[in-house]
Amino acid sequence: MTTALDSTILSLIAFIPLAGALLLLIMPRRDREARWLALGVSIVAFLASLHLPVHLVRSQAGFQFEINRQWISNPNIHYHMGVDGISMWLVVLTTFLTPLCVLISWKSINDRVKEFFIILLVLETALIGVFTALDLFLFYFFWEATLIPMALLIGMYGHGRKVYAAVKFFLYTMIASMFMLAAILWLYAKTGTFDFGSVQAAIRSGQLEGFAAAAPWLFLGFFIAFAVKVPLFPFHTWLPDAHVEAPTAGSVLLAGVLLKMGTYGMLRFNLGLFPEQSRGNAPWIMVLALIGIIYGALVAMVQPNLKKLIAYSSISHLGFVVLGIFSFTQAGLDGATFVMLAHGVSTGALFMLAGILYERRHTYEIAEFGGLAAPMPVYATFFLFIMLASVGLPLLNGFIGEFLVLSGAFRARALYGVLGATGVIWSACYLLWMYQRVFFGKVTHEVNLTLADLDGSERAALWPTAIVALVMGVAPLVWLNAIDPAVRSALSPFTQLASKVVGR
Amino acid sequence: MLPQTADYMRLLPEIVLTVFGMIVMVMDAAAEGRGEGRSRGRSIGRIKDRRIEKILGAVALVGSLAAITATFVQAQYPGFAFWNMVQVDSFSVFFHFLVAAVTAVVILTSFEYMEVQQIRAGEYYALILFGAAGMSLMSSAVELVLVFIALEISSISTYVLAGFRRRAAISSESSVKYFLLGSFATAFFLYGVALMFGATGSTNIATIGDVLRSGQIPLLAYAGVALMFVGLGFKVAAAPFHIWTPDVYEGAPSPVVGFMSTAPKAAVFAVLLRIMFEAHAPGRIGLIWVVAALSMTIGNLGALVQDNIKRLLAYSSIAHAGYLLVAYAALPDNGIPAAMFYTASYAAMNVGAFAVVSHFGSAGERYVTLGDYSGLGRRSPLLAATLTIFLLSLIGIPITGGFFAKFYVFSAALQANLVGLVIVGVLNSAVGAYYYLRIIVVMYMREPQQEVPVARIPVGLGFALAISLVTTIYLGVLPGRVLEYASRTATAWMR
Repeated sequence: MTTALDSTILSLIAFIPLAGALLLLIMPRRDREARWLALGVSIVAFLASLHLPVHLVRSQAGFQFEINRQWISNPNIHYHMGVDGISMWLVVLTTFLTPLCVLISWKSINDRVKEFFIILLVLETALIGVFTALDLFLFYFFWEATLIPMALLIGMYGHGRKVYAAVKFFLYTMIASMFMLAAILWLYAKTGTFDFGSVQAAIRSGQLEGFAAAAPWLFLGFFIAFAVKVPLFPFHTWLPDAHVEAPTAGSVLLAGVLLKMGTYGMLRFNLGLFPEQSRGNAPWIMVLALIGIIYGALVAMVQPNLKKLIAYSSISHLGFVVLGIFSFTQAGLDGATFVMLAHGVSTGALFMLAGILYERRHTYEIAEFGGLAAPMPVYATFFLFIMLASVGLPLLNGFIGEFLVLSGAFRARALYGVLGATGVIWSACYLLWMYQRVFFGKVTHEVNLTLADLDGSERAALWPTAIVALVMGVAPLVWLNAIDPAVRSALSPFTQLASKVVGR
Repeated sequence: MLPQTADYMRLLPEIVLTVFGMIVMVMDAAAEGRGEGRSRGRSIGRIKDRRIEKILGAVALVGSLAAITATFVQAQYPGFAFWNMVQVDSFSVFFHFLVAAVTAVVILTSFEYMEVQQIRAGEYYALILFGAAGMSLMSSAVELVLVFIALEISSISTYVLAGFRRRAAISSESSVKYFLLGSFATAFFLYGVALMFGATGSTNIATIGDVLRSGQIPLLAYAGVALMFVGLGFKVAAAPFHIWTPDVYEGAPSPVVGFMSTAPKAAVFAVLLRIMFEAHAPGRIGLIWVVAALSMTIGNLGALVQDNIKRLLAYSSIAHAGYLLVAYAALPDNGIPAAMFYTASYAAMNVGAFAVVSHFGSAGERYVTLGDYSGLGRRSPLLAATLTIFLLSLIGIPITGGFFAKFYVFSAALQANLVGLVIVGVLNSAVGAYYYLRIIVVMYMREPQQEVPVARIPVGLGFALAISLVTTIYLGVLPGRVLEYASRTATAWMR
């Protein structure tokens, strides 16, 4: 293991895509070359990110691969990056999905191709930055930086009411994150540092002037920004619009990675900085998460639009994540992290599949399809496999995470576990019913008989997701043994808190 | 005591600007006299005119660059000059540099604009240089009467510049409106100076400060500050003295709007800093609180409904005057650097935005509505991307100067416990995001309704855009050096 690489690897992973984007910018605009270059760059970033799971010391809890340099002296902002077992996998998830996004956009993006890939790569850099930043300011910086490329992806390359969706997405998240900025500024004013570790230490020391009075508001400031991003019920209304109008690659990254920014933020910042307030607010947050699980599932069930259905299923699945996080149990948090990853892979794949259908028929209406299994057998098989993974079939990736979350929720409060478990049933209902309506029965529309099955680039995009979904289901320990120590250290203030309360 | 060499050195940028302004005027007159005698055909005459104008523009550009160099010379001679009327310190050097740099960028933008609009432009460049001389003088004047003179030099040039699109009625309207209301406002300022003299017995800012700090503050001083603030508030387009702004900005030539929304504003903000902090103006916080909150709110709400991009940017500049004023209510040791940083980054992004507007407007400034910008992202990706970055900076998105500008201002205000004002400011930024975003949305996400031609970007404009862009991003990525410079100034002042 080379130490020199260890301190620069995160910067490398984060800025390879940006360098690629700059390269694209100065290149002559030839669509074919732009595609290949984007694919190459994103694959290089993915390979570089594999350095992390290979070299992460699993027995060690804290942040690894750290780099900490002063960026601006006043205010005291550091370029401080590092990952633990949780954020590391989210980085890998991002770099894993981006090349697939390039592949799935290979044919479907024909207009302003160069710009599309530039935006996609800039977005990748910002996303990686969000998961690796350990300086509150740097975090906010990347957090906001994800906003513009995503809004542009939706607004420039989407369809239908794309402008409405893009602006709604932008304003919702921008306004919500201002509350977070206010909270960050308060912390900076009192501690004189943006560094996550130092701020955490200052809070835990109990010496922070005025913290007791401000803490509930600070917690909410962070929480609102994250809740809108997740999105937690009732802040979810931007999501279906954004998804339906977004281009496929945009949806994949939005569902696969962007939503996880919210849950990751809750885990890292809400739990990490405000353990007592998290504990205190957990009841209503868990109720909102449960509402999200059930409401998302029920609304998904009656959606006539395939993409909207998947979007609402995301709300439901992300509810599981929030439920797991605020159960404050080892199993719950392990599960929550695992659901984040599993949902990223399988929902990402579902959006790709929906996009493939859209390219052929230019509609997402479920009623327009039926009996597709006959003309598109390979497609139907992929769809079935991914859908089962999303439903939570044992031995596929969805199962492990939801199981862990529910067992954690049971331990926190049995009723929450029971209600949460109905979510699993609902998800089976809406996904299987949707599958039946799209793939089985007679072909009701003539045009559907002539649909072509998957082509090369589409298969290339889908195979990796199917393989990963299977491996995650069969060998979850590969992931969990890195997540586990990170979760344990995240939970350490809570076990102390619990022992104080219970008197053990 | 006669003025020494050092005195002249301390005034070098102003001298350079004035001399070059005279050269431009004389050359223009000389060329005109000869041109009439020689050119027989109209077309030949026009070509000659063009060449002469190019030369005049180049001389003016050299003048502004020489002024930038002169600020470095000036910086070597800190101290007072001309019987304590002028003070050269790092503060005034900062604003001299800013004004000269904005002047250079505006002149670069004007080359193409003047050609496209077919405006005879000899005195145009001279007026810009004279205006810049006035603005520079404002930032180093520590004697209120001299401030008044400098203010007039700068204002009179901008009144004339606003009316330069002679063929457009709207431009003359803009000029007259600006002139009438502007002279009214300067009268207020002068009245305030008189009252201040009555209250403290001096028109020297430092002496006024000493008097006001030492004893009981006479009631007259409050009135003096208020009246001076009316005059200066008018110049920076702060509400409720902002009514002229949209009309004047709409009518005036775009490069001139870029000029007058940044350089004179920066100079007036410099004067205001001296009056508010060095002269220890009484009633500062209450006055600023109200005006800042009003400007932010009125500016942002007004901009929401604009369809003309120049009017939209006019309202945006009212809002930005509000954000900037927030720093004036803060404590001096972080309010002053925050205000200085804000002025610089606002100058970079706004001059850049107006450079794009003036290029895109084409002959007669025909294309200035939001609808004309639709599809710009497709027709001219580079121009659209540049404007997008300026707009993002105006919103205050990270990696642009606009973000740190707002950041410093609001954190300075928080440290002075002005939580209410910060909340007003943050809510306003959220509103502001919407209308800037509208322009971006239109450029990238709407298809053009009619064919709007986009000319190639000429070299001069390219330089202007590049300078503004690099500055905007530099201030957003590495704000440290500029802020440190500004902080050092503030500590030197507050000693």
